Amino acid sequence: MTSRRKGRVGPLASKQDTGPALDVDALLDDPATEIIVCCGSGGVGKTTTSAGLALRAAERGRKVVVLTIDPARRLAQSMGIERLDNTPRPVPGVHPDAGGTLDAMMLDMKRTFDEVVESQASPEKAAQILANPFYVALSSSFAGTQEYMAMEKLGQLHQDAQKSGRWDLVVVDTPPSRSALDFLDAPERLSSFLDGRFIRLLLAPAKGPARLMTAGLGVVTGALTKILGAQVLRDMQTFVAAFDTLFGGFRQRATKTFELLQAEGTAFLVVAAPEPDALREAAYFVERLSAEQMPLAGLVVNRASRLSLTGLSGEQATAAAERLASGTTDAPEGLTAGLLRLHAERTRLVARESRLRRRFTAAHPTVPTAEVPALSSDVHDLDGLRLVGELLAG
Amino acid sequence: MTSDWPGVRLHVVTGKGGTGKTTVAAALALALASSGQQVLLCEVEGRQGIAQLFDVPPLPYEETRIASAPGDSGGSLFALAIEPESALLEYLSMYYRLGRAGKALDKFGVIDFATTIAPGVRDVLLTGKVYEAVHRNKRGKNQRHYDAVVLDAPPTGRIAQFLNVNSELAGLAKVGPIRSQADSIMSLLRSERTRVHLVTVLEDMPVQETADGIAELTADDLPVGGVVVNLVRRRELDDDARTAALKGKLPRAGIEADLAKAGVDVTPQLVDGLLHEAHDHAERRRLEDEQRNRIATLDVPTYELDRQPDGIDLGALYELAADLVDQGIA
Repeated sequence: MTSRRKGRVGPLASKQDTGPALDVDALLDDPATEIIVCCGSGGVGKTTTSAGLALRAAERGRKVVVLTIDPARRLAQSMGIERLDNTPRPVPGVHPDAGGTLDAMMLDMKRTFDEVVESQASPEKAAQILANPFYVALSSSFAGTQEYMAMEKLGQLHQDAQKSGRWDLVVVDTPPSRSALDFLDAPERLSSFLDGRFIRLLLAPAKGPARLMTAGLGVVTGALTKILGAQVLRDMQTFVAAFDTLFGGFRQRATKTFELLQAEGTAFLVVAAPEPDALREAAYFVERLSAEQMPLAGLVVNRASRLSLTGLSGEQATAAAERLASGTTDAPEGLTAGLLRLHAERTRLVARESRLRRRFTAAHPTVPTAEVPALSSDVHDLDGLRLVGELLAG
Repeated sequence: MTSDWPGVRLHVVTGKGGTGKTTVAAALALALASSGQQVLLCEVEGRQGIAQLFDVPPLPYEETRIASAPGDSGGSLFALAIEPESALLEYLSMYYRLGRAGKALDKFGVIDFATTIAPGVRDVLLTGKVYEAVHRNKRGKNQRHYDAVVLDAPPTGRIAQFLNVNSELAGLAKVGPIRSQADSIMSLLRSERTRVHLVTVLEDMPVQETADGIAELTADDLPVGGVVVNLVRRRELDDDARTAALKGKLPRAGIEADLAKAGVDVTPQLVDGLLHEAHDHAERRRLEDEQRNRIATLDVPTYELDRQPDGIDLGALYELAADLVDQGIA
């Protein structure tokens, strides 16, 4: 495994299901913790985890802002942020006793991108860029823009927090990307794209006729015109020319955000569910974070199945249910056998999950882990979020 | 058993992340193949989910046989991982015989550009390859003909946008070959030969997304197929038992007597544990029923697949395929 590094402390062989326990409250209470990034693959409950952590931190006295990406309607309602307007708003109903506050917002990716353009370019130039079809596509559907804008917004919030003192902790959710790693690569991808060879080529005509004479260019533009049509090529050139002045700014911002993620006050929480895909992504992520020297706080395993202490194994339960199938019963027919089969099934589920977690732990034994049992209902109010926070804290 | 979807050549399968979209797409493809059809299963998100599911090495950009139906039905299943870069190069060499220019395009980063930023082009390329596979006919030389193509598509939140390649290109390529390619794809996607199936689980958010997805598809004139409800819990307790479990009124004495009869060492801890699990199960079932009722109001055919307590392996996949056949999807 690539993650094996010098200086690891821990057992050489272990039968543990999970690594050491993750002390969520210690993380939230530590004033040095300025940013918490929740990442993981889609469908593992990242947004709920972010919101639950933020609420708990606020009720333990931190001044928190939470950036959610695409919250479920009821979750958004529970925090009073159904409206998407890219501005943090106070969440009503947070217990003020500890002196903390909670603001929440949803990311509006296009709005954030527009604001970056507006802040970097002259008004006419900005207007020209915002109207270009290539910009519209880049800002609304380019794979990676959402990730990039989430990081951009994180940078802004953190800067605001430092300047105004309004917040001392930023909790950020990451987009439901195909892969958990996408958002780490997005800034780099976007800026290397903007610096790409083709872009510079398109810019060449704007910079002097002599550059036009490069050997390959005629062939390339010829082919492109044939396939896309001349109008597309013109739009493309206008866009690239207009965007040219912003390139430097974008690269610089991306670099700064990357540094912020590596800073000491940042803590990454990798969120997963006890499913093979989610845990595989979590493992990649843990390895990647250590390669990038980004501070990993721990792993959160959501939706874990729990077993009641019954002292009865799955096999015993199945066998007992079969014995009950023939013959009369005292309880209504089929009830006790049903209970036994339910127990047997749950035992299998729990065994499978612990097998999956063991596989993760074997490769990454030092990663502190918090396990959150599956909730029987969706979170739809602050009490629900409070419960998530409590479960996270163990 | 007759299929609910006769005449459908392209089955698009979408679903929210974590609902088992790829698993259902694969099970559907197997179900179709088991009736003797030649089936192609495509993925477009570069995840190699099909290879993992079927436990085969990562799929190349080439149709690869991954399963044959047992017996002599003659059905078989091929799989293809579509990447936009390869699709573009293939497209260029097929229609333009670009030769030197093709290589130059790649060298100058145009391929990268076209497949990442040029609006809509990426999706036109991905759906274009699917279109090509559906449209092949038996007369084509050295080409495999498919009776059905199953597409493991992007998630519900993006599906209408992904399939509506026309509007994505709108305002950009008003004329030209890319545009007419998009038009042909669109006419297949909007036809009787295509259906979009949505995978969900019985939870609030995925069901909401399914409802939103159906509304969006309908608004875009894209043909909605069925809803596949995945990861359904086993239904062990009847209505009376669940009501009693929720109220904490299961007959403890009777259960204890039964357990003793079954030769189990009855302890208070055991009975407490079983009753607790019953309560938990009943609570979840109640929520599942709420979601099931919401799905019923969507007014589309639904299919249910049970949760596999040991996870999905090849054996489980074949079982799911058989369940889909039994329910008439294939």
